[in-house]
Amino acid sequence: MSAVFQVQNLKKAFGGLAVTQDVSITLNPGDRVALIGPNGAGKTTFVNLVTGHLVPDSGKVILAGNDVTSLGPTPRVRQGLVRSFQVTRLFPDMTPEEHLALAVLQRTGRSGTIFGHYQAKPDVMAEVAELLHTLGLDHIATRRVSEIAYGQQRLLEIALALALKPKVLLLDEPAAGVPQSDTPRIEAALAGLPSDLAVLMIEHDMDLVFRFAKRVIVLAAGAIIFDGSPADVTKDARVREAYLGSYANDRSAA
Amino acid sequence: MAAVEHTSIAKPVQSARPNWLARDLIGVAVILAVAVLGYFLFPNNLALLTRILAIALLVLSIDLVTGFCGVATLGHAALFGAGAYAAGIAAVHWGITDPFLMIVIGAVGGAVAGLVSGAVILRGHGLAQLVLSIAVVHLFHEAANKASTYTGGSDGLAGISPDPIFGMFGFDLWGRTAYGFAVALLVIVFVLLRLLTRSPFGMLCRGIKEDPIRVRAMGASVHGTLLKMYVISGVVAGIGGALNAISTQVVGLDSLSFTLSAESLVMLVLGGTGSLYGALIGTVSFMWFEDFVSAANPFHWLTIVGALLIAVVLFAPRGLYGSAQLLLERFRGAGK
Amino acid sequence: MQTVFSVGIDALAYGMVLFVISIGLSVTMGLMRVVNLAHGAFAMIGGYIASYAAQTLGFGYALAVLVAVVGTILIAIPVERFLYRRIYGAPELTQVLMTIGITFCVIGIANYVFGPTLKTIPLPETLRGPVDLGFRTIAAHKLFAIACGVVVAAALWYLIEKTSFGVKLRASVDNAAMAASLGVRTKIVYAVSFAVAVGLAAFGGIVGAELLPIEPYYALRYMVTFLVVVSVGGAGSIPGALLACLLLGAIDTTGRYLLPEYGEFFFYLAVIAIVCVFPRGLLGRSK
Repeated sequence: MSAVFQVQNLKKAFGGLAVTQDVSITLNPGDRVALIGPNGAGKTTFVNLVTGHLVPDSGKVILAGNDVTSLGPTPRVRQGLVRSFQVTRLFPDMTPEEHLALAVLQRTGRSGTIFGHYQAKPDVMAEVAELLHTLGLDHIATRRVSEIAYGQQRLLEIALALALKPKVLLLDEPAAGVPQSDTPRIEAALAGLPSDLAVLMIEHDMDLVFRFAKRVIVLAAGAIIFDGSPADVTKDARVREAYLGSYANDRSAA
Repeated sequence: MAAVEHTSIAKPVQSARPNWLARDLIGVAVILAVAVLGYFLFPNNLALLTRILAIALLVLSIDLVTGFCGVATLGHAALFGAGAYAAGIAAVHWGITDPFLMIVIGAVGGAVAGLVSGAVILRGHGLAQLVLSIAVVHLFHEAANKASTYTGGSDGLAGISPDPIFGMFGFDLWGRTAYGFAVALLVIVFVLLRLLTRSPFGMLCRGIKEDPIRVRAMGASVHGTLLKMYVISGVVAGIGGALNAISTQVVGLDSLSFTLSAESLVMLVLGGTGSLYGALIGTVSFMWFEDFVSAANPFHWLTIVGALLIAVVLFAPRGLYGSAQLLLERFRGAGK
Repeated sequence: MQTVFSVGIDALAYGMVLFVISIGLSVTMGLMRVVNLAHGAFAMIGGYIASYAAQTLGFGYALAVLVAVVGTILIAIPVERFLYRRIYGAPELTQVLMTIGITFCVIGIANYVFGPTLKTIPLPETLRGPVDLGFRTIAAHKLFAIACGVVVAAALWYLIEKTSFGVKLRASVDNAAMAASLGVRTKIVYAVSFAVAVGLAAFGGIVGAELLPIEPYYALRYMVTFLVVVSVGGAGSIPGALLACLLLGAIDTTGRYLLPEYGEFFFYLAVIAIVCVFPRGLLGRSK
């Protein structure tokens, strides 16, 4: 299986401070990878480098065989690299149906059409209906987003990403801010993501990481210190040190 | 209960289309009814009514960029004036006096002005954007003033004499033809704009107004979309300008002024941004009121407009149409 | 050489008048983030009061200036309290409309009270004649305007860099929420800055009355110019505003001398060029 997404030797420094040091990651279709790391590990910078909001000092970002390092965020999205936001970014006055229709129209190159209504396009409506159904949003399809619950907005955020048919999906803390009672629905939605999609999830909640990810990458001080199975991550000495300080290892050794 | 709920879920998607179609037809019928009423109530003031219709096109055009896309501009008269001068110059210097052709030329002039000013204005944000929009309209004004060979400079461009429409209806002293022509143009533009605002493109523009970052994350180009809307807006304003040139048969520098830009923005906000009906209601009430008060004393007019603006900002931020809508919703809510 | 010199003096005088009037606008816009189109209206009110005090009441120039500055501030206090406070943090469009509304009202009222004619503020004897610099003579009132600009710039620099109020002001401009949590009473800082801004506008309106004549449409005519200064210099930056005023004064004055038939064409062309290249102003801070 060939890699769908590669980050090669990515480096970025602000002033003299190296925030991303020689980071390399490869994702294959169907991968479920969680990126974790203590606060200040450089996760946000990494996300911005991947999405194209920041330009790396050196290194490459390769998406489905194309070098996208010099491209801005919007063309990367068009080539199949889609992200969700840590705090939902939706259009408060628009309905979930409109959100998804707009995304489908955008993906199929019709968002600039100046005549015709999306409801008059059967293929768009069929796809929207399917997405709404998959994520259990049918019953609120025509409510305004500002009126629906935060958990539902989270689900819509995922649906919106899926409507763009990504090759690589970057989920930035998909369950952040969601009440405990709603997290099972988010997890169900994550479990139902297309099997050929490569997913990189940035997450703090370790329970969610262990349930979702088949592979965990740990970022600390801008460098990857661990890349392996979830089962091994808590046993790794460097990871323990990054999270708990050297004190932790001393005690477990003693 | 379950059955009731079921139908209410299935309903919206199916009934949505006929619903808005019917509402639009009612809207057009109301506009036509008001136009006919105006004709019979003020038969001696058709020139004013025609001017209101031309300015209404300018205000609709501002609504496209300000109300639907969230770009604040104090320089939109540049697009209106460009349309007016394009049509006027075509008539006076190139002998193109067919009114339909003049409208088309005005629309093209407006579109070009929209492209130019959009390209400049969209480079800035916030204060910079406002200042750029003001600078653009002043630049157009000064350029028209300097190019007096074509524009007549500060004397205005006179001697525009459009042909009769279809060779039958001449532009008479009473302004009946001009009025009918203006009503027809406004209705056509209005219907097209209703379609535009509901189209995928219109939806994308609303998205940009609400959250441009999300729109970019969907892979859409914010700048390109806004520039396209600016050009469309230029077409609408240009038609308004050309209409004004045809009906008054002169074009003055005031059609490119900062004052006209500011006043038409005020009209939009008075009526309510983000709604085509709001734009129309704002224009009609403002201009009718202006005619009424300024006949008495032009300086009291300024004081009253100022007070009116402050009152709208403080008490009716959604404008006349938006506030009426809100009241109606509340009334219905209370009735249930 | 003669022309260059007199153009230079005119540009400098015009730039300094612009500076005195618009520096308050720049500071308040940097601080409160209010797009205030009514700033010129306060300069105009100052001019009217000074003219009234000097012409009708027969006050001396200095006293007339003082009365006008204080009077304008007194008028501005309720306006700030009841109108401006409602639009702090509001969308730009709302701020634009509210302040245009205030401007229109001021124009209408000024015209009603004082009539549509030009108002003059008689200069004291010492400022009337030309001043001999040995190699050249220049009008004393222009020198006076330039001196006022220098004094205002220096005084503001002292106020902002050397006093405790200045510290609070700078903190509030940088981060109002943070300043408030550190115990700075931002509402007071806002009110005081607004008063100072209005007072300076009034002062500038009087000092510059020879260059920007006082009449009812003053507030509308120069509204754009003051806004442009802030935008070009960068909101909240005193050196930026000074630079912008000198630059714009030079462009405008030179344009009028060399190519009068083009009017303000080159002025606005320059504005567009500068704002496009520096969207945050020449010396504006990046957010």
